[in-house]
Amino acid sequence: MRKIRWTLAVIAVLAVIFTACGKKEKNGTQGKARTPDEIKENGEIVIGVFSDKKPFGYVDENATYQGYDVYFGNRMAEDLGVKVKYIPVEAASRVEYLRTGKADVILANFTATEERKEQVDFALPYMKVSLGVVSPEKSLITRESQLKGKTLIVSKGTTAETYFMKHHPEVNLLKFDQYSEAFQALKDGRGDALATDNTEVLAWAVENDGFKVGIESMGNTDVIAPAVQKGNDELLSWINEEIKTLGKENFFHENYEKTLKPVYGSSADPENLVIEGGNVQ
Amino acid sequence: MQDMGIKILFEGDHLIRLLEGMGVTLRISLVSAGGSVILGMIFGMLMMADHAVIRWVSRIYLEFVRIMPQLVLLFLAYFGAAKHLGWDLSGEQAAAAVFTFWGTAEMGDLVRGALQSIPRHQRQSGEALGLTKLQIYRFILVPQALKRLIPQAVNLITRMIKTTSLVVLIGVAEVVKTGQQIIESARLTAPDAALWVYGAVFLLYFAVCWPISAAAGLLEKHWGEEV
Repeated sequence: MRKIRWTLAVIAVLAVIFTACGKKEKNGTQGKARTPDEIKENGEIVIGVFSDKKPFGYVDENATYQGYDVYFGNRMAEDLGVKVKYIPVEAASRVEYLRTGKADVILANFTATEERKEQVDFALPYMKVSLGVVSPEKSLITRESQLKGKTLIVSKGTTAETYFMKHHPEVNLLKFDQYSEAFQALKDGRGDALATDNTEVLAWAVENDGFKVGIESMGNTDVIAPAVQKGNDELLSWINEEIKTLGKENFFHENYEKTLKPVYGSSADPENLVIEGGNVQ
Repeated sequence: MQDMGIKILFEGDHLIRLLEGMGVTLRISLVSAGGSVILGMIFGMLMMADHAVIRWVSRIYLEFVRIMPQLVLLFLAYFGAAKHLGWDLSGEQAAAAVFTFWGTAEMGDLVRGALQSIPRHQRQSGEALGLTKLQIYRFILVPQALKRLIPQAVNLITRMIKTTSLVVLIGVAEVVKTGQQIIESARLTAPDAALWVYGAVFLLYFAVCWPISAAAGLLEKHWGEEV
């Protein structure tokens, strides 16, 4: 008798749990993305940005979000006529925020790769990255051909490594697991130059006296674009229109002046990073 | 150079933000720890049930929680629940739910271990006196088990507090992430900020975990004298 009662109790509990789940599944509309009209109605746009990637998305000493991505996000909210709510994302969780509708847009330095295009929809690009080469000022390397027979420092698994292995087998590569090790090796003089994303080398050269970025842009260019949930065409076309309109007033150059120039210094050329109006050359 | 780094802590809202971050850490871990202790007690007793089905279901629950990395559980609760069940939990809610779910299983297993470690004659004596099952737990087993439980439970709770640093992946900026934000925003002005900020984070964790350990030690001593 006792045993039967226990069994019934367990079955009842399980039944309650399953029906509760089942019910929610039917009206589960939370994962759906919002259109611009719905965002306007709600009065707040939710944008996922990095919170610790200066100068693209970071939090300043007054706890305000700042950076190149954020500057654009603020403008988007302004033009939609809504308030903006930034949520801090990590590289690994960017896609999920869009898929579940927890963020309307991701502006977290999101490189538009073929693989990601299957999971999210990218709008027109607003920035680009390519490879950059930094070397000591005394023996500055300004052309790819100068690297022949020299030792170039790269980090394992980066685009720089694959690019040089494929296109310049005549360059000796010295590989490191971590960025910090690679940069330290250049400082110690274990190589003649270092190659990685140009945004990284530009910022590093400003911080380290005696080093200069001789090649600011080379190799394949990747573009960085806002991303929305797959199939959210209304919001996607709104953002595309917005980027085109902003191009007319040179908005992204202004953005560069405000957010990136203080970090990269006046020696860097904005044309190597900024895409205006969504036009890649 | 050295005093430059420590200045970072007192610039702008930095110190307040670190404290707020610690507040988030505390809020999540205290809610989860409280929930885990209460639910864990019940779960521990369920694991001792005579009925095979109950023991079996509890066993599956415990093994599931042990095998699943907490990060996966966090993603399931935050993103999975929103996508498949339509539950739009906030980051903190999802975190509290996951840590309670995890803590209940771990705590339950500790309770089970503590109950089982009590010599069998204690229970048998109770039965001989004609106590009901509930009374045996209430007056004989639980009071003795509690004492053996304290060190392990404290260990679990402090572990929980430290594991909350994972919640940054579901968009909750707790104390470690806040620290990283501060370090990064000062990358050019104070390159050695990392040492000082992480030092402050260490002190904050210590200030929270140490009193818990100390209180547990006192309690253990107190009860030890009593019995």
